[in-house]
Amino acid sequence: MIKFSQVVKRFRGQTVLKGVDLEIPLGHRVALVGSNGAGKTTLIRCLLGEYTHEGRVTIDGMDPRRQRTEVLSRVGFVPQLPPPLKMPVGQLIRFAATLGRADPQRIAEVAGQLGLDVAQFRRHPFFKLSGGQKQKLLIAIALGRDCDLLVMDEPAANLDPEARHIFFGLLAEKREQAAMLISSHRLDEVATLVNRVVEMDQGEVVLDDRVDDLVDMASRLFCRVGILRPEPAFARAIAQWGFTPDAAGTTWEGWVAGPDRLRFLGVLSRYAALLSHIHMDEPALQEKRA
Amino acid sequence: MKQLWLTAVTDIVESLRAKWFMVYTLVFGGIVALLFVFGLTESRIMGFTGLSRMLVTYIQLSMAILPVFVLVTTVRSVAGDREAGVFEYLLSLPIGLGAWFWGKLIGRFIVVFMPVFLAMVAGIVWGVIRGADVPWGMFLYYTGLLLSLAWCFLGIGILLSSLTRSADVAQGAAFVVWLTLLLFLDLVLLGVMIRGGLPPEGAVAIALANPMQVFRTAAMMLFDNQLVMLGPSAYVILDHFGQAGYMVYAISYPLLLGTLFAWLGYLWFRRSDLP
Repeated sequence: MIKFSQVVKRFRGQTVLKGVDLEIPLGHRVALVGSNGAGKTTLIRCLLGEYTHEGRVTIDGMDPRRQRTEVLSRVGFVPQLPPPLKMPVGQLIRFAATLGRADPQRIAEVAGQLGLDVAQFRRHPFFKLSGGQKQKLLIAIALGRDCDLLVMDEPAANLDPEARHIFFGLLAEKREQAAMLISSHRLDEVATLVNRVVEMDQGEVVLDDRVDDLVDMASRLFCRVGILRPEPAFARAIAQWGFTPDAAGTTWEGWVAGPDRLRFLGVLSRYAALLSHIHMDEPALQEKRA
Repeated sequence: MKQLWLTAVTDIVESLRAKWFMVYTLVFGGIVALLFVFGLTESRIMGFTGLSRMLVTYIQLSMAILPVFVLVTTVRSVAGDREAGVFEYLLSLPIGLGAWFWGKLIGRFIVVFMPVFLAMVAGIVWGVIRGADVPWGMFLYYTGLLLSLAWCFLGIGILLSSLTRSADVAQGAAFVVWLTLLLFLDLVLLGVMIRGGLPPEGAVAIALANPMQVFRTAAMMLFDNQLVMLGPSAYVILDHFGQAGYMVYAISYPLLLGTLFAWLGYLWFRRSDLP
């Protein structure tokens, strides 16, 4: 579906992409990882037809620069940094929905699922929303359209755990109908969302691997974490995941989205010396076992 | 066409909420208010009084303020939007580059022209309420001149925004362009150039090519139809164009120039990196 052939991009003599070759068929969910300056954003901008370049980029044989409207009507994009748009939320939704031939109500519904009440913010300038609210709205605009390619740059970075779980569920609904390109500078942030990892370094693809995607993106794990003694720093960290303590403050319980398990364990690892036990269980798995 | 108007409306909505627009509106609204506060309509100059007197002063002040305001606000906001990632996001949506560029230009034109025009209309309305006669011919002609001047500098601003990658460079370039045009408004400089060997026709050609000078001369023509204030160069202008011909030239030349610059900006925009 997506094909990069010998894509080279230079900025004032500096070569940022050095002949990238890459194919991404439908159903592939690709993590595009690499350090800052590896060329991830440049590759995405070439894919969106925003940069001129050498070589060829095609989506189903179409050039995203020459056939912009045909190609981009099939692409949902979520940038890493929300743009400082002054227009009201309602206007932005109308603008995106009209261009993408989508139903504004559907976009508002997706935003609602993510925990953003569009009706409340309709007249609110976009740039005055919080970081998480902006991210939710941009995700809603991307997922509320009929796209078969989702391009997302650190899409869940600003979301709270509950919104992340819903976001993963929405992605799960799209997994068979769309290809996904999810950019991140940390693999653990996106590892469980994808079935393929492409790593870039200094403008080149240095790793292209398929990975197991046994994790159900819509799943949730029930977790119980025991600690040796109450600790305020730990309490603050785990409360952000929506966990609640027992009366003694030494056992915390809550739910973690399936694709977030690695990220959650990463948070716990910071308090390894404090942990007495960890229990994680997927109810659906328990039922299967029974 | 739908995409074009959608972009224009979006740009208008964006601009109406921007600080530069508030300052811009306050400046032109403030000028008209000050002209009334200081009783300019009651004063007399070169036979002009009432609303004609106000329009003559307003147009002179507009010539000083409008070009630099249009240039700087256009390049700052357009190049600033590009730097801040607005282009990256909005141009990831399915919109044609032509519809985006020209829609933005039309939206921006409405935004920069309307405060200037509405301030003038407000002045006229206030004058009518106070029983003054409305010089409709002068009003229409000045509207045409302001429209033409705003379009011309908007075209230059859009071209500079397309050519430069950062808001600071764009703003610097806009100032250089404005200062250059301002420099050639100076009749003393043109006089020195003639004394230095430049043929008088060359000096007149420079003046006729400078949209600010064209505007200035055309504005002058309504209250000094023989252009006595211009001196000998008035003969060249009146011999070549005649009064009516020059008035047509003064409106059409900046319009064409602005369109040419905007078109060049579009060609560059279409072939270069968008964000």
